[in-house]
Amino acid sequence: MEGYLLEPTLYTIKGIAILDNDGNRILAKYYDKNVFPTAKEQKTFEKNLFNKTHRANAEIIMLDGLTCVYRSNVDLFFYVMGSSHENELILMSVLNCLYDSVSQILRKNMEKRVVLESLDIVMLAMDEICDGGIIIDADSNSVVSRVALRNDDIPIGEQTVAQVFQSAKEQLKWSLLK
Amino acid sequence: MSSFKRDKKEEEDGGINLFQNIEKTTVLQEARVFNETSVNPRKCTPILTKLLYLLNQGESLSVKEATDVFFAMTKLFQSKDVILRRMVYLGIKELSSTADDVIIVTSSLTKDMTGKEDIYRAAAIRALCSITDATMLQAIERYMKQAIVDRNSAVSSAALVSSLHMTRMAPEVVKRWVNEAQEAINSDNVMVQYHALGLLYHIRKTDRLAVTKLIARLTRMSLKSPYAACMLIRITAKLLEEEDSGNDTPYFEFIESCLRHKSEMVVYEAAHAIVNLKRTTSRELAPAVSVLQLFCGSPKPTLRFAAVRTLNQVAISHPAAVTACNLDLENLITDSNRSIATLAITTLLKTGAESSVDRLMKQIASFVSEISDEFKVVVVQAIKALALKFPRKHSTLMNFLSAMLRDEGGLEYKASIADTIITIIEDNPEAKESGLAHLCEFIEDCEHVSLAVRILHLLGREGPKTKQPSRYIRFIYNRVILECPSIRAAAVSAMAQFGASCPDLLENIQVLLARCQMDSDDEVRDRATYYSNILSRSDKNLYNNYIIDTLQVSIPSLERSLKEYTQNQTIQPFDIKSVPLAAVPTSEEREKKHKTEGMLISQGPVRPPPVSREENFAEKLAAIPGIQQLGPLFRSSEVVELTESETEYFVRCIKHCFAHHIVLQFDCLNTLADQLLENVRVDLDPNENFEILAEIPCEQLHYNQTGTTYVILKFPDDDLTSCVGTFGAVLKFVVKDCDPTTGIPDCEDGYEEEYMLEDLEVTLGDQIQRVGKVNWAAAWDKAAEGSVEKEDTYSLSSMNTLDEAVKNIIQFLGLAAAERTDQVPEGKSTHTLLLSGVFRGGIEILVRAKLALADGVTMQLTVRSPDDSVAELITSSVG
Repeated sequence: MEGYLLEPTLYTIKGIAILDNDGNRILAKYYDKNVFPTAKEQKTFEKNLFNKTHRANAEIIMLDGLTCVYRSNVDLFFYVMGSSHENELILMSVLNCLYDSVSQILRKNMEKRVVLESLDIVMLAMDEICDGGIIIDADSNSVVSRVALRNDDIPIGEQTVAQVFQSAKEQLKWSLLK
Repeated sequence: MSSFKRDKKEEEDGGINLFQNIEKTTVLQEARVFNETSVNPRKCTPILTKLLYLLNQGESLSVKEATDVFFAMTKLFQSKDVILRRMVYLGIKELSSTADDVIIVTSSLTKDMTGKEDIYRAAAIRALCSITDATMLQAIERYMKQAIVDRNSAVSSAALVSSLHMTRMAPEVVKRWVNEAQEAINSDNVMVQYHALGLLYHIRKTDRLAVTKLIARLTRMSLKSPYAACMLIRITAKLLEEEDSGNDTPYFEFIESCLRHKSEMVVYEAAHAIVNLKRTTSRELAPAVSVLQLFCGSPKPTLRFAAVRTLNQVAISHPAAVTACNLDLENLITDSNRSIATLAITTLLKTGAESSVDRLMKQIASFVSEISDEFKVVVVQAIKALALKFPRKHSTLMNFLSAMLRDEGGLEYKASIADTIITIIEDNPEAKESGLAHLCEFIEDCEHVSLAVRILHLLGREGPKTKQPSRYIRFIYNRVILECPSIRAAAVSAMAQFGASCPDLLENIQVLLARCQMDSDDEVRDRATYYSNILSRSDKNLYNNYIIDTLQVSIPSLERSLKEYTQNQTIQPFDIKSVPLAAVPTSEEREKKHKTEGMLISQGPVRPPPVSREENFAEKLAAIPGIQQLGPLFRSSEVVELTESETEYFVRCIKHCFAHHIVLQFDCLNTLADQLLENVRVDLDPNENFEILAEIPCEQLHYNQTGTTYVILKFPDDDLTSCVGTFGAVLKFVVKDCDPTTGIPDCEDGYEEEYMLEDLEVTLGDQIQRVGKVNWAAAWDKAAEGSVEKEDTYSLSSMNTLDEAVKNIIQFLGLAAAERTDQVPEGKSTHTLLLSGVFRGGIEILVRAKLALADGVTMQLTVRSPDDSVAELITSSVG
């Protein structure tokens, strides 16, 4: 029988991507030099992946020799890729962590516009979830606490002017909506 | 307030466009702000974010740009802003591979890494390790060791993960941290435990005893982290696989116990490991399968997918074990995730007994119209496997396939169905008539030109051999009336095949061909005229050469040769014999192809079609002076290893055969780091009949590099029987000792050295190209006149089965088996093997080997060839 025993290694994740609702990349990282080494190949793969997944909400697909798990919300699509023999549940746990972390960072405002506004924090979160293909953390609470930059956690005295501005703006927006 | 409002409005508009129209040059320009004396985080953070965003989008910076912006970024360390600092770390990691002199930030990062701010420390370690090289690592070794056992779990994890990254660069240094890693494995934090196990295993993996101890200790202490447990299962499974003892070990018990773990992830990992262990028996498989069965009913698609995919693997090796899950699998056929559904079907088709085929096909028919083409192709491939497994069910399957053919579908889908039908026809003579009938019906209404042409070609080849060839003529001629030129042309060719093979139809075919000569298209008219002319000669030989067995050369080579010919102005006519022949794939290659199909849902990206090996080599060889004038390359042999694979110098040989010469290509690999080899050549000791024309040495051979040296030999002219032989070979070279790290030689002078290689054999097979015959019998009859026939009887006492004998003969002679005679039907004690091929210089060879099994294999070998000495050579070299 063909042995597909998995080599014991921590390098589990081949790639992580966040795409918008046209299949364009918002953020994406590939961790294996042998998997899509050039940006062009990566983007072709992403387009292909998006076309196959944006309509069917089916959570998992095999594409180009990779197992890809995915989740979407409004205009955001989250993907985690691993080798086709990888334990799918591990990939899923990473995807859930990514999704929940971003959701917490954006305070449940899961929209492309909001992601772009807090792109720096989302980048940091992605970096805290996976480093060079190794899962650093798969617990969204702990990831969020490490990028720990939510305004209300920091006393007003230590907030930067920008943060104060941001929260004031947010409040104003809500009051206008009422 | 008004300014605030305006500001806000801009933000609202710009929000979505914030990153849309940014350009590299603008951002690099903006990044100059970093150099200002007082850092303004409010300004700098967005700029840095934009820069990272650009890099993430695939933009690349030149070394200078990267270095400039990197240095500007280091200024940002002045700021105390948390986000900015963390973004700087990210920036360092992104740029560390392109920018120069990145070690400049080492001290800043070391300060952050050992500082009090926990929020910096972990990230600083990871950034630091991305810029460190092997020598710098020594300097920070002390900090790394401390960090690994740090109380803060994030710091500890970061240090462990970075250590693992660095084992690629400085394995020796990281090995010294094994004690710290041991300590970290006891951590309460789940991720630290996982990372520590990963690092520890990586360091110890070559040391079998240490791995055994590690497993023994960890299996007892029950790991908290599910990730670590998965890792441990993988380590244990690997050890089990390498060990020779049975499965009654504590290791297997451990994996089995993980089937009762509380985390699904671990349970699945354990089941997956058990399924994939080579030695697992069906009894041991049962608990794993029942766990997977449970997963099949899970509401989570990923879990169902994982379970079905693994069951699919089980179905290949232990189909009986999966039958218990058939009910669950049948439920999954209607799953909304099509990947799951397709896997479920293919699994069912693999496990299905002959009796359940009809029921399954009915079920598939009920939903096949709903799924996409891509999955239909997978279903078709599964049906193909089924048809090969249960030849008796061909009528059910064939009906099903023809129904699918009539449905809507793209070219790829239709082509795969046609392929399947063709495979079934070739494999199962009983199915031939009905299969051809279905295909005939299909081309009546087929919108894909390429497919219609293929089917017409097949009809031309197989039709004349059926009981009632005339019935196909109508279908073919209908195409001539109704279709586009390329199909009409194919139809004309197909009709000519009937004309050539069935004498009683000849008259009618001539009438039809005469009509085709009025066609509006040039190609169709040309073909019709050509065939009608040949057929009017009523000469069997002409039929064989120009209608039934046509060109045997490889098409790309022909194209290249013709192009060259037209470019050189010469009065000599073009010689078709100078074009390399196309080798037919051997049965093993075909089998391999069958196996890989249907395994995965999607293969990787499409690769360019492979060029023949000869094509590849021909290009390389043509570049070498002295080889070009030898003429076209006839055949290249498989790779022969002349040394053991783990010796100081690793030498492999490929034999390139030309019409009168043989070129030996020696690929040499230097595995000694402290030696530079010069003037590397192979000294051959051929028997006196061969003449060494030239040696082309390899000038320099650095450590871990492969160099090539060639020897050109001339075959003996007069005496073909001495064309095979065994040569002694010695590798000769000049050694210069050198520094292992730089590869620069210590001194100018080297010394001569020799290295004995294994003997090299030039065999008969090297000089023969496999060329298939469509109609072997016709060629054989034809060869009766005008060819020499040699016959001899041998007893092959070392062979125990006919199958083995057939394989060996094919391999030894390097000929192609005709009419599927390379497959011995089971339970027979006699077999006739029909072979054909071409000897170098373009001399045809036909061989018939009659085999009989009785205390070893007895073989009667008959060779027919136009050349007396070639026939003699073959009979004399066998045995």
